[in-house]
Amino acid sequence: MKAVLHRELSAYFHSPIGYVFLAVFYFFSGYFFTLTCLRSMNASLSGVFAGLFSILLFLVPILTMRLMSEDLRSKTDQLLLTSPLSLTGMVLGKYLAALLVYLLGISITLVFALVISTMASPHWPVVLGSFLGALLLGMAMIAIGMFISSLTQNQVIAAVGGFGAALFLILIDGLGSYLTNETLVALVMSLSFYQRFQSFALGILSLSGVGFFLGVSAIFIFLTVRVFEKRRWS
Amino acid sequence: MIEVKGLTKRYGVKYAVEDVSFSVGEGEILGLLGPNGAGKSTIMNIITGYLSATDGTVTVGGYDILEHPGKAKAHIGYLPEQPPLYLDMTVEEYLSFSFQLKKLRLNKGEHIREVCQKVGIEEVQSRRIGNLSRGYRQRVGLAQALLGSPPVLILDEPTVGLDPRQITDIRNLIKDLGKQHTIILSSHILPEVQAVCPRVVMIHQGHIIADGSPHSLANSMTVGRRLYARIDGPKEQVRSLLEQIAGVEEVEELGPREGAFEWAILPKEEADVRRPLFFALSRKRWPLLFLQDNEMSLEEVFLALTARAEEQARLAAIEMRDEDLEDESPGEAEEEIV
Repeated sequence: MKAVLHRELSAYFHSPIGYVFLAVFYFFSGYFFTLTCLRSMNASLSGVFAGLFSILLFLVPILTMRLMSEDLRSKTDQLLLTSPLSLTGMVLGKYLAALLVYLLGISITLVFALVISTMASPHWPVVLGSFLGALLLGMAMIAIGMFISSLTQNQVIAAVGGFGAALFLILIDGLGSYLTNETLVALVMSLSFYQRFQSFALGILSLSGVGFFLGVSAIFIFLTVRVFEKRRWS
Repeated sequence: MIEVKGLTKRYGVKYAVEDVSFSVGEGEILGLLGPNGAGKSTIMNIITGYLSATDGTVTVGGYDILEHPGKAKAHIGYLPEQPPLYLDMTVEEYLSFSFQLKKLRLNKGEHIREVCQKVGIEEVQSRRIGNLSRGYRQRVGLAQALLGSPPVLILDEPTVGLDPRQITDIRNLIKDLGKQHTIILSSHILPEVQAVCPRVVMIHQGHIIADGSPHSLANSMTVGRRLYARIDGPKEQVRSLLEQIAGVEEVEELGPREGAFEWAILPKEEADVRRPLFFALSRKRWPLLFLQDNEMSLEEVFLALTARAEEQARLAAIEMRDEDLEDESPGEAEEEIV
C-alpha cells in the first residue's frame, strides 16, 4: 500500500494535475478569504468555508479522474493486480494519495487562521470544526470520484461523472423544498452533504455527520474494490 | 511448478479458453504457440491471477492462485503483452516501485542494478520511460518481471518490437534464465519457440491441439518418414547395398539427377540409418551428393494442425445441421413452405 501511495503522490506532481488542483484551490480560497475576512474586517472563517463547499465538490473530480482510469488505459493495472499486493491495499493506497493532496489544499485555511490570529482571535472551534468538515467532505467525495474512475478507461468521462455527482449533491438541497411527502423530504435531506457540512462550519462537532461522511467513504471504497473483483470474473 | 487443470474462460456465450490442462515442471521452458486471438494471453492472465477462470484451477508453486493469491503471485514474474509501464517515471523509479510492490527483502539498489545489467538497460536507468524506444520499454518490462528472481516467469510475446540483434540477446537471456526459472513463453513466431522452448503447447481457438517437443510434434505429423539421397554410383549395385543396410525398410529409385541417381529410403520405425548409410557408401567410394529427410518444420506442423482443427469443427457443424434437419419431419417442412 505504501508503494502505491508513494507512486500516486509522485504521479500527481509529475503531471500538472496536482499543481492545477492546488493553484485553482488556493486562488478561490484566497478570493473568499480576501472578500469575507480581510475586506469586511471579519475574524470568522465561516464565509471562506461556505464559499469553498461548491469549489471543493467541483475540484475533487480533477483529483480522482485519473486514479483508476489511467491504470486501466495503460494496462498498468496488470502490474498492480498480479503483484502480491491485495486489492484493498491497492485501492487504499490510491485513495490516501488523493486525500493527502486534498489535505495539502485545504490546509491553506489553517494559514488563513494564523494570519487572522496576528490581528484578532479567529475563533478556533469554528476553524477546526470547519476544517474537519472539509476533510470529511473530501474523504467522501474522493471515494465517490475514485469509484467513478474505476468504471471507465477514459479520464474525461471519469471527470464528467464526478462533476455529475457533485452537481447532484448541490441540487439535492433545492429538491427538498419542491417535495411534499415528508418521508421523501427527510430522505433527500439526509443525503444532503451541504447540511452536514454546515453544522461543522458552525463549529458543531456532530457525530452523525462524522459517521455519515465516513460511511459514504467506506461504501465507495468497498464498491471500488468490488468493481475490480467483478472485472476479473466477467 | 505450474499446474493448470480444466481451465475454461467464457465471455458471454463465447469461449476464450475451453478445458485447457497442462503442467510445467521445475526449470522447464514451455512455449505457448498459437495465432493471434487463440487464447494465449487469456491463459497467462489467468495463471498470474489478473483474470479469474470460469472453471478450472491453477496452482503455482503448490499454491492455488485463488485461495492463496498473495503467496502464488509472489512466485511469479509477469511480462504482459503490453508492458505495464508508467511513462511518467524514470526506469529507476519504476523498478524501485515494482520492487516495493513485490515486497522484496533484498538490497534494493544492488538488485535493481543487477537486473538492469542482465537485460541491458543500465545506460537508460535515469531516463523517463515515456522517452524510451519500444525495444527499451520491452526490456524495462522484462526487468520488472525479473525483479526478486521469482521461480516462475510468464512472458507474453517477450520479443515484440525488438530489432534482430536484441531478439537474439533476449532469446539467449531466456534460455539462460531457464536454468534457474520455470518459464512459460507465448509467441506466434514459430522460429522463436523452436529456438528457445524444448516443449511446445499449441493453442488454437481456445483449445490445446498439440503438446510435445518441436521434434516429436514434427515426427508425429510427418506421414511416412523418408530420407532422400542422391548417390553417385551404379544404379543396381547401389540399390542392393541400400537394401542391405540395417534399419532400411524399403528403397525406391526416383530417377537421375546431376549425373547420379536419387533414392527415397523408407527407414524402419525410429531407426536412424544416416550413419550406416554414410559408412557403407564411403567404403564403396560412392559419393553422397545430397541427403535430406522430409521432417515437417514446426511451421508446417502448425498449419497442418490448425487446418485439421478447423476441418473437424466444420464437419461437426455439418453433422449437427444434418441432425437438426433429420429431426424436422418432412410434413412440417412442407407446411412451412406453403
